[in-house]
Formats: sequence, structure tokens, C-alpha cells
Amino acid sequence: MNVTFTTAENEFRSEVRKYFKEEFPQDVLEKQRKAIPLTREDTVRWHKNIYRKGWAAPSWPVEYGGTGWSSVQKYIFADEQARASAPAFLPFGISMVGPIIYTFGNDEQKKRFLPDILEFNTWWCQGYSEPGAGSDLASLKLRADLEGDHYVLNGTKTWTTLGQYADWIFCLARTNSDVARRQEGISFVLVNMKQPGVSVKPIVLLDGEHEVNEIHFDNVQVPVKNLVGEEGKGWTYGKILLQHERATITGVANLKYMLLRLCSLCAKSIKGAEPLSNDRNFMRKVAAAKVELKALEYTELRTLASVVSGKAPGPESSILKIVGTELCQRIDSLYLEASGYYALPYVRDQYDSAYPEEDRVGEGSETNAALVYFNDRKVSIYGGSNEIQRNIIAKHVLGL
Amino acid sequence: MDFSLNEVQMILADSIEKFITNEYDFDARQKYSGSELGYSEEVWKTFSELGWTAVPFSEEDGGFDGGPVDMMVVMERLGRGLIVEPYLANVVLAGGILRRGGNSTQKSEWLSPLISGKLQATLAFAEPQARYDIANIATTAVRDGESFVINGLKGYVLNGGNAKLLIIPARTGGSQGDERGITLFGIAADTAGVSIQSYDTIDGQCAAEIQLTNVSLTTASVIGEVDEGFQTLRSTIADATFAVSAEAVGIMNVLTEKTIAYTKSRFQFGVPISSFQALQHRMVEMYIACEQSRAIMMWAAMAVTEGGEISAHAVHSLKYQIGIAGTRVGEEAVQIYGGMGMTWEMDVAHYFKRLTAITLMFGNADWHLDRLADPATP
Repeated sequence: MNVTFTTAENEFRSEVRKYFKEEFPQDVLEKQRKAIPLTREDTVRWHKNIYRKGWAAPSWPVEYGGTGWSSVQKYIFADEQARASAPAFLPFGISMVGPIIYTFGNDEQKKRFLPDILEFNTWWCQGYSEPGAGSDLASLKLRADLEGDHYVLNGTKTWTTLGQYADWIFCLARTNSDVARRQEGISFVLVNMKQPGVSVKPIVLLDGEHEVNEIHFDNVQVPVKNLVGEEGKGWTYGKILLQHERATITGVANLKYMLLRLCSLCAKSIKGAEPLSNDRNFMRKVAAAKVELKALEYTELRTLASVVSGKAPGPESSILKIVGTELCQRIDSLYLEASGYYALPYVRDQYDSAYPEEDRVGEGSETNAALVYFNDRKVSIYGGSNEIQRNIIAKHVLGL
Repeated sequence: MDFSLNEVQMILADSIEKFITNEYDFDARQKYSGSELGYSEEVWKTFSELGWTAVPFSEEDGGFDGGPVDMMVVMERLGRGLIVEPYLANVVLAGGILRRGGNSTQKSEWLSPLISGKLQATLAFAEPQARYDIANIATTAVRDGESFVINGLKGYVLNGGNAKLLIIPARTGGSQGDERGITLFGIAADTAGVSIQSYDTIDGQCAAEIQLTNVSLTTASVIGEVDEGFQTLRSTIADATFAVSAEAVGIMNVLTEKTIAYTKSRFQFGVPISSFQALQHRMVEMYIACEQSRAIMMWAAMAVTEGGEISAHAVHSLKYQIGIAGTRVGEEAVQIYGGMGMTWEMDVAHYFKRLTAITLMFGNADWHLDRLADPATP
């Protein structure tokens, strides 16, 4: 029993660390450290930077432009990415629709879509949730009626993250309503958003940010060649995609460095206040979060080790999403507490480059602690709420 | 990166599991626990014959050279079997002191018969005023020429009623709470001035309060150096903390498995109660508690193998985790079993009680968390 890395793996780690230190856009890292939201331009720029390095798709097969990394290398990469405070890959292209296209799409679709996903020439968004559907995904109502060589889409998708920036949306749509099970008759279609009938309506979240949207489809024409796989099999493809989503939500590496940053915040004095590291009661809460994170990290390593040895991830991997998201929220709430009064100012644009530095309230990221705390309430809701995750474990792992 | 057991560890695990399945069912356990002795001599003989009592000792001392991972394998399975035989007191506690601090005479006189199952021994690590601080020792050993005179009271001495060898930490210097000035003594239980009040414990095991009144010993009884016993004591208690935590992981898994099985067979309102979402989610939490505890246990096993500062940190983390998760799993098991979980006849109740005892031993969750939060703790 050991968790040691090989020399080659350690060399790989140094290479990745060097990349984030020297080649990756440093202004993006700086914004991340201060919890300042990235602009569309920031996001495109850093993805293109990583594309030029050849690392845009750690999980894709080499033939489609993937890195060919081992599971351990992917783990090391994610760890260094989080360590550098680099943002995580925007999942919609690389982690979600890309794998569906190379697994179930035809050659023409692979040629047409995959290179632009890799190079981040197209911004994708996810069309799964619908108003009123909640976690009951199969109740979706977006209609795709076949008329000649086109589907005609009518209906609404919602909670579409960063849909305001997107060029394309992948949708689960109902192509057949006359089915025995609701999971049947659903198809997976790719829709160009820059066309008549598609409208994007912002939803402002409790942190005041425009992160998600409602997308309306009003007689939108989608050529049949944009159907992925077989008509009516979309549910099967979509479910596989959700598993990818759950795997990416965990972010153990990110939690590790969130907690380290919390500890450095505790060690410093905000505007002359006594550092929180002298407050034993608070530090007990930090210590408890650290233990939980260590457990989560080793649960993840166990999963990784079983994949490395050629086995499927064990049942322990099922707990990663629940524990990871709840821990994320706990660390956020510790940030909030640590920030005290300086969590309260709501000066949204004070980190914009145009804002005079001397007019900023507070000294750093603590003034964004509340917004992060509010925003991350989403993590136990999306990707199948944590209650749904418990249902899944109850049924598939515990056999209840 | 590898989380699997090696071949020797798998054989060890397998042999203990077979023994429990074939020879140590719950009825047998209850019989041994309720007997005059409090355990089975026959079973203890089997333990030594099969080499389980030799696991942590060096080959030179007649052992298997097992490390923390091997101890984890043993203890987790002893937990699963709800074993009452005094493995912790003999092998981990008394054995831990002797293998670290004992000289060759002490090893042949005490450690060899301990490994072969012929000598019952223990370590008196607790004093009433100290709670979990093992350096808080009020028992005194005053030097008088070539002898020492010991006075003091030791509480919760595991296996104290049966042990023929008592290992007593006593203060030869410094003041109460100092790490320096602690000396370890090996004392025959029938020495004049040793008064032993034996009792049963809530988890079906035995312990004792031991009063030492003007107990006179020669310098030959000193294990290790005079005044310098604390490191040996601390390392041994860390071993024991790790060991009972691994035992707890075994118990927590049994409780979760049994609870799941029970809910599938128990019908209410015409359906198995396993179909109720309120219960399903509670059992998922039990499962998460088990997996998180196992992960920390594996980390700790590797950290303790590595040694140094990370080792102490890992043991504090593990025992904190066990305190929180163990209590949760034990209480949930009884809740979900309902009235049946409240009865003496059900094994879950006894697993719950052992788990509860473990949460109170060698520092509870709060105590370990406080060590982790202390900037002075490495």
C-alpha cells in the first residue's frame, strides 16, 4: 500500500507547474485568486493558450486531439491546475458534448465539430434542464418535430450556464411523445444558436451575476445531420454525459487549494484585526474541514488506483459528488466567517480594471467571500441534486 | 499508487475472517464475554498459534515484522468479529512498550511469553485526573537506593483483572504534566501493595482500577531509561489509537451492512422499510461515513509507516473522524433497527456499545480536533 509517484510522474508534475507559472495568462490567475469573475475574452484566451500547449483535452483519445495521459497524469494535471489557481476547463465542449460526438457521432460530425471544440473556436452550452423539470430530467418537453430534412424545435431550456456567450447548444429534445417510457423518444441534437427563433433571456442569480439563462426555441430549424446517434436514443447518451459531469464536479484538487488559501487568509490581519489563526474555535472548524478533505482526497485516490490497475472505479467513487460539493460549501462558509464585516460590501465593479485601485473597499478576496458563498449554493443542486445522488447510491450501490 | 494488500496481508486477513465465520459467531462471543474470565483461553491460544499475536514484533523478538498496514488488517477484522479477547491490552499496549523499551532480559521474560499467549499483560495508561493527557501522571516512583517505591491510582486498566504483568508509567521527576520525568515499570500483579478492583465494561470487556500503595521495586523493573519513558509511551498510545480506529472501521462496516440487510427483510405498511426514502438517505450517510473513515484509515496507515510529524497528525485526524463517524453510524443503526436495536439479544446493540467505548478511548473527537487546531501541533 503506497501513494508514491514515479520519477516520470514527478517530472510531469514539474513540467505542468512550469507551464502554469510561465506560459499561462497570469492576469487570469490573479483574477481567480481574488475571486473576480472572468470575462468571455479571458475564458477564450486561456483555453486557446492551453490548446497551443497541446493540453486542451486531457481525457480525449489521442486520435481526436487528446493528450493520451494516464489517469495519474490527469490527476497530477488537475492538482497543479488548482494549485496555480487556474480556472477549471469550461466543461460544455471538452467534457460534455465532445465525448458524446466522438463516441456516438458520425465521421462528418467529428470533422465538423471536434477541432473547434479543442481550439475553443466555438463556445458550447448545455440544453438539458427545462422550466419545471428540476432533477426529473426525463419530463422534458422541448419538441423536435421532423419536417423533411429538418427538425423544428419549440420549447424552452433553462439554467443554461454562460449561454449568453455560446455559439452552439446541445439539446435533449423530444422527437416522439407516443412512448411507453418517458426516457424513450428523446433525441440528442446540436443547435446553432445564431439563427432566427433562438432567444436568450438572462437569469440573474442571488449573487447579482448573470451566469445562467433561459433559452427559447420558436420554430427553430435544425438540419437532420445535426442529430447525434440514433433518433430516440438521446437519453442513453445524455446519461453517460451526466456521469462525466458528476466526475468533473468533485474538484478535490480545487478544494485542497481553497482550503490552503483560507488558511493564509486566517493567518493575516484584515485591516489591523487580530488574525483568525489565534481563534481556536474557528481553527477547530478549519481542522475539521481539513480532515474531511483528506478523507475525500484518499477516496479519490482509491478510485484512481483502481482505474490505474485496470478495474472500474469502485462504489466509493459514488460519494465523491456529495461529499465534494458539501465540503465546498462548508469551506465557502468558513471564508465568509473569516471575512467578517468585509464580506458585506457589495461593490460589484471594484475589481474591473477601470476602477481606481485606491477606491476599493477591503484588501482582497474577502470582499467577494459572500458572493462566492451565495453562488456555490448551486453545487449541491446542479448535475443531479445531492438528494438525487443519494437515491442513486441507495439503489445502485446499497441495493435498496 | 496502490491501495491493495500484499500477499501476506491477504493471507492474514483471510485467516482471521475464516476463524470468525467458522468459530466466533455472536453466540460464542456472548458466552466468552459473559464467562468468569471475560474471554476464551482457547481462543487466545488459537490467536497465538496462528501467529496473530506476533504481528507487530520484529523477527528478532519472535514476531512477523508487521507494520501499520498489517495491524490495520488485523484490527479491522477483530472489529468485524466483535472479538473480546485482550489483543489490544497484550499485543498493542504492553507489547508496544516492551518491543520499544524492553531490554533483552525483559523481552525473554515478558515479551516472548506474551507472544506465545502464556502471559497476560497490560499497560496502565490512564489516571483519573488526566482525562486524555498521557503526560499528566500523578503516580510517583521515589528512588530509595537500588529500589523505587510507587504510589498512585491507575484507572481503566484494560485486562487489568487478568494481567500478570502490569506496565506502570510513574513520575520519577518533573511535575505533573511534564513529558520528562516519566519512567515505565514492569510489575508483577501479585506484588505487595498492588490492589486490583476488576470490573466489566459497557462493551462486554474487562478493565480495572489499580491502587498502588508503597509498592517496592528494584531497578530491574525499569523499562527503558529512568525519566525518559514518555516517547515510548506516546508512540505506543499512538499505535493503540490507530488500532482501535481500525477496529471501529470494521464495526462501522458491519453495522451498515447489517442495517441495510435488516431493512430489506423488515416489513411495515405492507412493504420492506428499505423502500422508504427517509431511511435510504440515512443509510447512504452511514455508507459515506464508512468510506470516508476507511480513506482516512488508509492514509493514516501510510503516514504512520512513514513516521515523523505527519504520523501524529494522521492519527489525530483518524481518531477525530472515527469519533464523529462512529457515533453517527452506531446511533443510526439502532434508530433504523427500531425497537429491536434496543434489545440485548441483537448483535447490533453490542457492536454499537463497542463503537461507543472506542469513541471515548485515547481521546474523543473533540480532544483530537483540538490537537489539530492547536498551532503548536505539528
